Amino acid sequence: MTQGSIMKRFATAAALGIAAALVLAGCSAPGSTGSSSSGTIKVAYQKFGNFTQMDTQMKEVKKQFEAANKGVKVQLIPIQAAENDYYTKLALMNKAASTAPDVLYEDTFLIKADADAGYLAPLDGYVKDWSDWSQFPDNARQAGQGDDGKLYGVSLGTDTRGLWYNKDLFAKAGLPVPWEPKTWDDVLSAARTIKAKLPGVTPLNVYSGKPNGEASTMQGFEMLLYGTQDQLTDDSGKWVAGSKGFTDALGFVKTVYQDKLGPTPQQALDTNIGNLISGQWLPKGKLAIDLDGSWQSQNWLPSGAAPWPDWDKTMGWTAMPTQTGQAPGSVSMSGGWTLALGSKSKNKPAAWNFIKLALNKENSLNFDIIGTQIPVRDDVAADPKYSESNPSNAFFAGLVKNTHFRPATSDYPKVSNAIQVAMESVMTGQQTPDKAAKAYDDALKQAVGADHVVTK
Amino acid sequence: MLRSAGRAVPLLPALILLAIFLVGPVLASFYGSFTDSALTGSAAQGSHFIGFANYIQLFQNPDFFKSVWLTIVFLIGSAVIGQNVAGLVLGLLMERGDRVMRSIVGTFVVTAWVLPEIVAAFAAYAFFHDKGTLNEILGAVGLHGPNWLYSLPMLAVILANIWRGTAFSMLVYTAALSEVPTDVTESAQIDGAGGWQRLGLITLPLIRRSISTNLMLTTLQTLSVFTLIFVMTGGGPGTNSSTLPILAYQQAFKFSELGLGTAIATILLVVGALFSIVYLRALKPEVD
Repeated sequence: MTQGSIMKRFATAAALGIAAALVLAGCSAPGSTGSSSSGTIKVAYQKFGNFTQMDTQMKEVKKQFEAANKGVKVQLIPIQAAENDYYTKLALMNKAASTAPDVLYEDTFLIKADADAGYLAPLDGYVKDWSDWSQFPDNARQAGQGDDGKLYGVSLGTDTRGLWYNKDLFAKAGLPVPWEPKTWDDVLSAARTIKAKLPGVTPLNVYSGKPNGEASTMQGFEMLLYGTQDQLTDDSGKWVAGSKGFTDALGFVKTVYQDKLGPTPQQALDTNIGNLISGQWLPKGKLAIDLDGSWQSQNWLPSGAAPWPDWDKTMGWTAMPTQTGQAPGSVSMSGGWTLALGSKSKNKPAAWNFIKLALNKENSLNFDIIGTQIPVRDDVAADPKYSESNPSNAFFAGLVKNTHFRPATSDYPKVSNAIQVAMESVMTGQQTPDKAAKAYDDALKQAVGADHVVTK
Repeated sequence: MLRSAGRAVPLLPALILLAIFLVGPVLASFYGSFTDSALTGSAAQGSHFIGFANYIQLFQNPDFFKSVWLTIVFLIGSAVIGQNVAGLVLGLLMERGDRVMRSIVGTFVVTAWVLPEIVAAFAAYAFFHDKGTLNEILGAVGLHGPNWLYSLPMLAVILANIWRGTAFSMLVYTAALSEVPTDVTESAQIDGAGGWQRLGLITLPLIRRSISTNLMLTTLQTLSVFTLIFVMTGGGPGTNSSTLPILAYQQAFKFSELGLGTAIATILLVVGALFSIVYLRALKPEVD
């Protein structure tokens, strides 16, 4: 066969392939591109990796909504992206009226920035006629407020963070169960025991480094920093540079990674580590202690991505202690998500009706259970179905009393990145905690402006 | 005068298209780099002209200079030296090889080039990964390979880009070498010139124009490489493989500062233009 005839055959095959692709694309087009007429409301939310609970929930609410509101269609737009990319994609959609969604699944810490950007419509006029609004306590209402004091998002639920540990591995290593560490050293010494007694098991996971984005900052670094005497900002809201707590928290990260108590840096710097931990490492007994979110068990429920029937027999949970056990003894960070109304929506009343429906008692309860959220509605929190649905729910809901919130300013993502850079250079041994903390101080001044920084 | 204007009319559609799709974006990027345009926050409502503030911020940022340096290392390592030399060597070898060899080698090299960038990037990731193909092969002969993506990230992305881009240079040089008249090289051989002399004194000067074109095209392609690095290392560890396109993406889409990202893109444009001028000057393609 000559080269020419091979090329011809190849070209024919390629042409057929392209033609087939075009036909297929043509078939699927009408379903995927909805009209933006006022008869349709677009609902944008995140669906990524093991996080499919919102998708499940929204499909259910869509069914209810379309049954109750004849003539109004709901177009679901699940955005397949990791957390940081989700924010970006949502912002890009919001920029143009033709793509801006009517209802948005919005992180509380972006509400102020996105309200400033004019992406969100104020909800005060709507909630005052909503009988359920009285079920939302003050802190949940504040979470949805913009800088101008108006309400821009209604809370779906909140979360806390703590330590998950494998009781079987602890028993094998001769460690006490239930485990109640009182200081950072207690956590590290348990990890050292695991390392000595159980080769092949990763003792302790603390998220770290840029690839894991906000998980590194919040589940990793801030869970350490807020357990010291210092925080990211002081009482007046100024950013803090040069604090001892910051260096100490980096020192903890250094110990975990340089003393080989954690995953290898390569594993830790894989964007997929979160999915691996919940889907494989914990269920298969490859990881003993995990500093992680209250939602971790959502993956193991029958509705989750990696169902694990007897997970609560193997897994234990406890609070993350403060550095030296100082009051209040434990530390937690909280975030949370809201539903918000797009300011460019052409059918705001219908979009609001959708939000109301998605957040009514029954739907909130359902989402708080399948998504392992800590409820914000008083009636959901009090519902026995909630605490019965998951044995870890009551414990993580209790952590709310000593929890902290991230500074909700539009500078925060840049500061968060500077923290991830500092963690990464410490975990890889490129810098000492002191040097990395200094580099952070410089990056902080660059990010927020030197006049918004106080040096301790 | 009128006649030459009339002759220009058929060029008009091309000029309009160039203006819309090439000059337009360049001007928009240039203007955008002087604004505080953003994805979120109050600047997203409408951007304002802020003069050189973005550039001043960049020049005060040590990460920026590191990115410029990494970009130049990537450019010289993978395009100017890697793709160019490898392409020329392959072209020269294939000129001497027989037909079967030529088509086998050609197919392999071109395969890397026709792969979509994302596929090539995943293939390179799988190859250089700590437990990837390369280290498995090294392990089979008793060598313990380093963690390429982690300890030698720039080397890994440079090698990957050479692998992916060499086919283009090879095709250009194969075509150019076939145009070199055999009587010139033959008479040089009769005059006693050795292989290296023939290459340096006859062949290379004769394909000078192709070298210049090829250098310029590979440089511009390499400057804009984003997917390959993003997939393989994400710019890390730390910022150790964060070239200008990665930095621009991070500023524009991760930190929502479109204006600052555009300023980096504009600087990238200037770097490309500088290299192009150097090639045009040094190799004088227009002089015969």
